[in-house]
Amino acid sequence: MRQAEIALFIAKRMLSALPLLLGVVVVNFLLIQLAPGDPITVLVGDNPVSEEYLNQIRAEFGLDKPVWEQLWIYVVQILHGNLGTSYSRHQPVTELLLDRAGNTLKLTLTAILLATVVGGLLGVLAARFRGRPIDAGTQTVTLLGFSVPEFWLGQILILLFAVNLQWLPSGGAYSIRTGDAGFFATLNYLILPAVALSFRYVALISRMTRASLLEVSNADFVTAARARGLSDGGILRRHTLKNAAPPVITVIGYNFGFILGGSVMIETVFSWPGIGRLLYESIGSRDYPVLIGILLVISVTVVIANLITDIVHMLIDPRVGQKA
Amino acid sequence: MTDNSSDSTLALATVEREGLRPPRNRFVEAWSGLSRSKIAVASLVFIILVLLMGAFAPLLQTNDPFAGGKDALLPPLSGEHLLGTDHLGRDIWSQLVNGARVSLMVGFSVAAAATVIGIIVGALAGFYGGWIDSLLMRITEFFQTLPRLVLALIIVALFGSSVTMLIGVIAILSWPQTARVVRTGFMSLRSVAFVDAARVSGMPRTAIIFREILPNVLASVVVIASLDVGAAILTEASLSFFGLGDPNLVSWGGMLQQAQQYLAQAWWMAVFPGVAIALIVLAFNILGDGLNDALNPRLKERA
Repeated sequence: MRQAEIALFIAKRMLSALPLLLGVVVVNFLLIQLAPGDPITVLVGDNPVSEEYLNQIRAEFGLDKPVWEQLWIYVVQILHGNLGTSYSRHQPVTELLLDRAGNTLKLTLTAILLATVVGGLLGVLAARFRGRPIDAGTQTVTLLGFSVPEFWLGQILILLFAVNLQWLPSGGAYSIRTGDAGFFATLNYLILPAVALSFRYVALISRMTRASLLEVSNADFVTAARARGLSDGGILRRHTLKNAAPPVITVIGYNFGFILGGSVMIETVFSWPGIGRLLYESIGSRDYPVLIGILLVISVTVVIANLITDIVHMLIDPRVGQKA
Repeated sequence: MTDNSSDSTLALATVEREGLRPPRNRFVEAWSGLSRSKIAVASLVFIILVLLMGAFAPLLQTNDPFAGGKDALLPPLSGEHLLGTDHLGRDIWSQLVNGARVSLMVGFSVAAAATVIGIIVGALAGFYGGWIDSLLMRITEFFQTLPRLVLALIIVALFGSSVTMLIGVIAILSWPQTARVVRTGFMSLRSVAFVDAARVSGMPRTAIIFREILPNVLASVVVIASLDVGAAILTEASLSFFGLGDPNLVSWGGMLQQAQQYLAQAWWMAVFPGVAIALIVLAFNILGDGLNDALNPRLKERA
């Protein structure tokens, strides 16, 4: 029974993601159509090619056909993993993105992990010692997290820890001398950008954890546990945390898009060779196919992240499925 | 006559029970609520000061913010250069006061535009319900899914970076939250007695929307608008940091872009504009929280 419900929920939720994906593709298509210059240049790049090849491309992308048909052909190309060719690098966009995706994931996932641990801890402490200095301190950190531009925080971290103290490198993902020497060699390079990127999410997660814990702490089962004589710490460990977790997990998942956006800024500040840095370089060289390819990949990632968040949320919090 | 008065008594009773009051004295009330929070008042004062700084930038600047000189990379307090100079010898203080203009102009314009769009979408969805609501909410959801910053970066990169363009793009991506809050408010008020009373008395729909329902959801709208100003200032700074600001204007984000290459030599190029952005955004966030506590007192105990 329960399993059938879960399957139905997942199926419904996946269906509802389809229009969003289609919308994302249409936005990309419109941007290509409206972008300055000939769409053919957007697809092939600036490099001189034969008239024959141009005709072949025109036919392949149906540029002589009506707009609706062109959109369909664009969708088919995307499903084949073809996102066009970079102007400045003369390489397929898909290849460029795959090269960089690993670094972006490494940075964003580290930041999320860091934010979850630090933010969760601060939130628990703030809720446990409500109204005390540690609560006030956490709320100050929260306000700052929402206000300080993350890229500027990155610059300040470079100023402090790379320029002045010289503890950590100011940018890049590995030393040019040694090359990419595995995860631990990268760690030094990862610390500053991950801290800068995580700050806003430390704020978000600590605020959410605190609010969620305080809400649960008024629930009947907590009162009952208290009546049974459980200690505050015991109640927190055994009851409240488990029940306060779903909203916190949801907020992490729904904000994945913002973390990717933040990653674009942070990668630029730290010359971190990920998709964000590629975006920055491509804006400089007006490399439209790469820009639009990046937008597509990030938008689709966000839709999928939201989908997974909903499903996970449903699995850990049975109330969700019943509402739908 | 009797019917009318009993209707309005009923409406009044509902109003009292639900804690909804007619929009009279709302500003007085909001101010008295807000003035209880010292830090919110301080934020408001700070915002007004920065507004004045932007307004009187031509008088406050000690140099032409675009004029370079041979005194490049001077540290703060060197002679006439209060906050030092950048790599081209331009005066940081003069750039800073002029940058306030861009930040606030973008912040307020975006918040205003996003509020108007959000109110229209939310009011239509919440008031009419049905398929209009489903359609508008799908669109709202779609806009919330789009990765805001990345989309803004790419649109501005493709179509040019005038300040109007920046405002338009950021506003188009900023309205969904307002729409959602307005919709929820409209749905819960659609069938409240004083709205029914207005409907029965033959008041036209637009009047019901704007005179009866809207004033009661404005409190939440104002709170979001205040947070929107801060968010828009951050987005503009991010775009300018990418070199996508208006090339004819000095902006704090643009100053930080210049600072990036000189982090090792000139900390002051990065520190002052960054502090300026952080403080103004902080002020709008604190003001938003303060307004929330003052205007939606029932939500306070939850925070």
